[in-house]
Amino acid sequence: MSTITATNRERSTGALPLEAAANDDQVLVDVRGVRKKFCRSLKRSLWYGVKDIAGELVPASRPSASQPHDSSRSELRKDEFWAVDGVSFQLRRGECLGLIGHNGAGKTTLLKMLNGLIKPDGGQISMRGRVGALIALGAGFNPILSGRENIYVNAAVLGLSKRETEDKLDEIIDFTEIEEFIDSPVQSYSSGMQVRLGFAVATALDPDVLILDEVLAVGDATFRAKCFARIGKVLDRAAVIFVSHSESQVQRICNRGLFMSKGRPEYLGDTASALIAYRSSRTGQADDQRDWICGDDVRNATSGADKTHLKWGDKLVFRVNIVCDRPISVSNLYIQWHRQGIAFMESHHNVGLEAPIELNAGPNELLIESSPVHLAEGKYDVSFAAFASKGKQTVAHTYCAVEIQVEGPLGAGPAVQSPCTITCK
Amino acid sequence: MTAATTPDQIEKPRRSDMSDTVTVHNQLGIDDLPVRVYSPSPAIEHPGRLLQDMGHDLMAGRELAWRLFMRDLKAQYRQTYLGYLWAFLPPLVASLTFIFLQSQGITNIRGTTVPYAAFAMMGTLLWQTFVEAMQSPLNSITTAKPMLAKVNFPREAILVSGMYMVGFNFLIRLVLLAAVMAYWQVVPGATVILFPLAMLGLLLCGFCIGLLMVPIGGLYGDVLKAIPIVAQFWMLLTPVVYPPQSDGLAGFLAMWNPISPLITTARATLTGDPLTQLPLTIAITLCAACIATAGLIAYRLIMPHLIERMGG
Repeated sequence: MSTITATNRERSTGALPLEAAANDDQVLVDVRGVRKKFCRSLKRSLWYGVKDIAGELVPASRPSASQPHDSSRSELRKDEFWAVDGVSFQLRRGECLGLIGHNGAGKTTLLKMLNGLIKPDGGQISMRGRVGALIALGAGFNPILSGRENIYVNAAVLGLSKRETEDKLDEIIDFTEIEEFIDSPVQSYSSGMQVRLGFAVATALDPDVLILDEVLAVGDATFRAKCFARIGKVLDRAAVIFVSHSESQVQRICNRGLFMSKGRPEYLGDTASALIAYRSSRTGQADDQRDWICGDDVRNATSGADKTHLKWGDKLVFRVNIVCDRPISVSNLYIQWHRQGIAFMESHHNVGLEAPIELNAGPNELLIESSPVHLAEGKYDVSFAAFASKGKQTVAHTYCAVEIQVEGPLGAGPAVQSPCTITCK
Repeated sequence: MTAATTPDQIEKPRRSDMSDTVTVHNQLGIDDLPVRVYSPSPAIEHPGRLLQDMGHDLMAGRELAWRLFMRDLKAQYRQTYLGYLWAFLPPLVASLTFIFLQSQGITNIRGTTVPYAAFAMMGTLLWQTFVEAMQSPLNSITTAKPMLAKVNFPREAILVSGMYMVGFNFLIRLVLLAAVMAYWQVVPGATVILFPLAMLGLLLCGFCIGLLMVPIGGLYGDVLKAIPIVAQFWMLLTPVVYPPQSDGLAGFLAMWNPISPLITTARATLTGDPLTQLPLTIAITLCAACIATAGLIAYRLIMPHLIERMGG
């Protein structure tokens, strides 16, 4: 997994040109000015559906059949709005585009058009090669049938032939880690187990273009890490489009980002800048970024603090629990304070480690004690990052290890937080 | 939606083990990959490509259709106690109603060449197959809604799988039909070889009527609710539990009811009666085949619109 993070970092350092003309023949996904309109009223939507169907079957019956195709569909009727409006991008093999935006920004609609489920109302989409879509895991699952039977059905729905499925059956079952339940009916599975099964089948497809829609929000940490490793491998030979609300996931996988707002593409470029655009548009919203990214040999990481409020001059004490599979020597450690709602007002420092922190196999607890806090009043996210091998290898990091409310005389303005001390149990 | 070819055509380098680092890269040049183009222009404006895609998807969907059918079949009977009995219970009960009415002298249906009970049971068993074929396309689409809204697959497969199920249920009913004929000693003549043709007509006719209901029925739930009511009334207007009438309103309706000659002919091939309506049956079957083909093309064109509006 550390290799993925490393490649990812290489990727995200160079911002990619928005519409690179060079190397045009490697473009797997070509989206040009795509638009889609939706209707707010259900009854009217159904009636428009009847009209659209008539227009599809008898093109001459369209209101403006004499004009070029786009014009007849490009006008909004009553109660309609543009769910996706003028999105363009190109994606080559090995590229991963992170699609970010608030709920209702048009991300899923765009994915449905890319997957050919619904037709665009304007523009054009060209997809090359086999398209694998993880929009719904476990499509076609029947709860009464066993896991094994459902693998066959699900694989057939996703386009695998019977022979291909049989070739891959063992690795699919291996990946799910639920061998002992594979012949029990799927309705007896936990939702996490169903997701495992669905993910294992879907990624057995070897797609040229992979579409991922927030499927990684489920499942436990270990399995999620496994999924990421798998996606990382697919990434090497495919173009990937990834939708997630988790910034850390996007940051980790994607080398390009598209930030959408109300159907319009607001920013297309490197992931970091797209995330900043997204973050700065999200003022006043609760931050739920508490997911951890763990490296190889780290099973999971959690954190917590006794206090959620700090007075001027108090020390913040919080703990980070890291469960390792084998001993790891932490060489670099970073603690960062982010003031919520303000993108750039943050203080960060490299915790000077005289000697590496040795983590044992099994659970470890790090106690982090800050120097007296002299920060401006407000809510802060404290992020935490630990690396091994002089920063080359991720151990564990998170955007928000603890969330702290600072109270004090300083109302506004930046303040620098001086180093922390760390003890390891 | 226009798809040049589906990706299944490509032979992909296979990976033997998932946990291995992927070193196998796609051996194919980018130009060898199939391209799918999605644009707002109606697909019917490129009929050559449309038919080619449709043929391809029908082929690609055969295996999927079979899998879906097996899935439904297993699931359908795994959670029931009476199992396959459900395939012929509804027509059996329907015919028992009429057999009771006739035996009590409440109705007085004459002109059947075989015992009335056998006549009525054969009629309802055949009629049930037609009704199921008619309900099949819309039922399949409604059941597969969540899948249709989220996965792109050869959508013809769900229609085919639905018809497999109709065919399977018919085969089960055939056993009961044989039992009925044996019990009342109904001996078919040489014309029994035309029975499959008449059944094909019934199935095709049901399928194409069902397909024609998809565009509206996929959007408005009214159609699905109306089908059982209409079907029940339609059965009474069709010579299912009575012999075909030649005069009066019933005779007039029988003339304009495409199912009337089909049912009559199918039953006559079993009872050994003269096949007076055979030419009409063949004509209707051919018509149904043409409409079904056109319906399949229309189905392909309208599915993106239905998926967009009907939601998961």
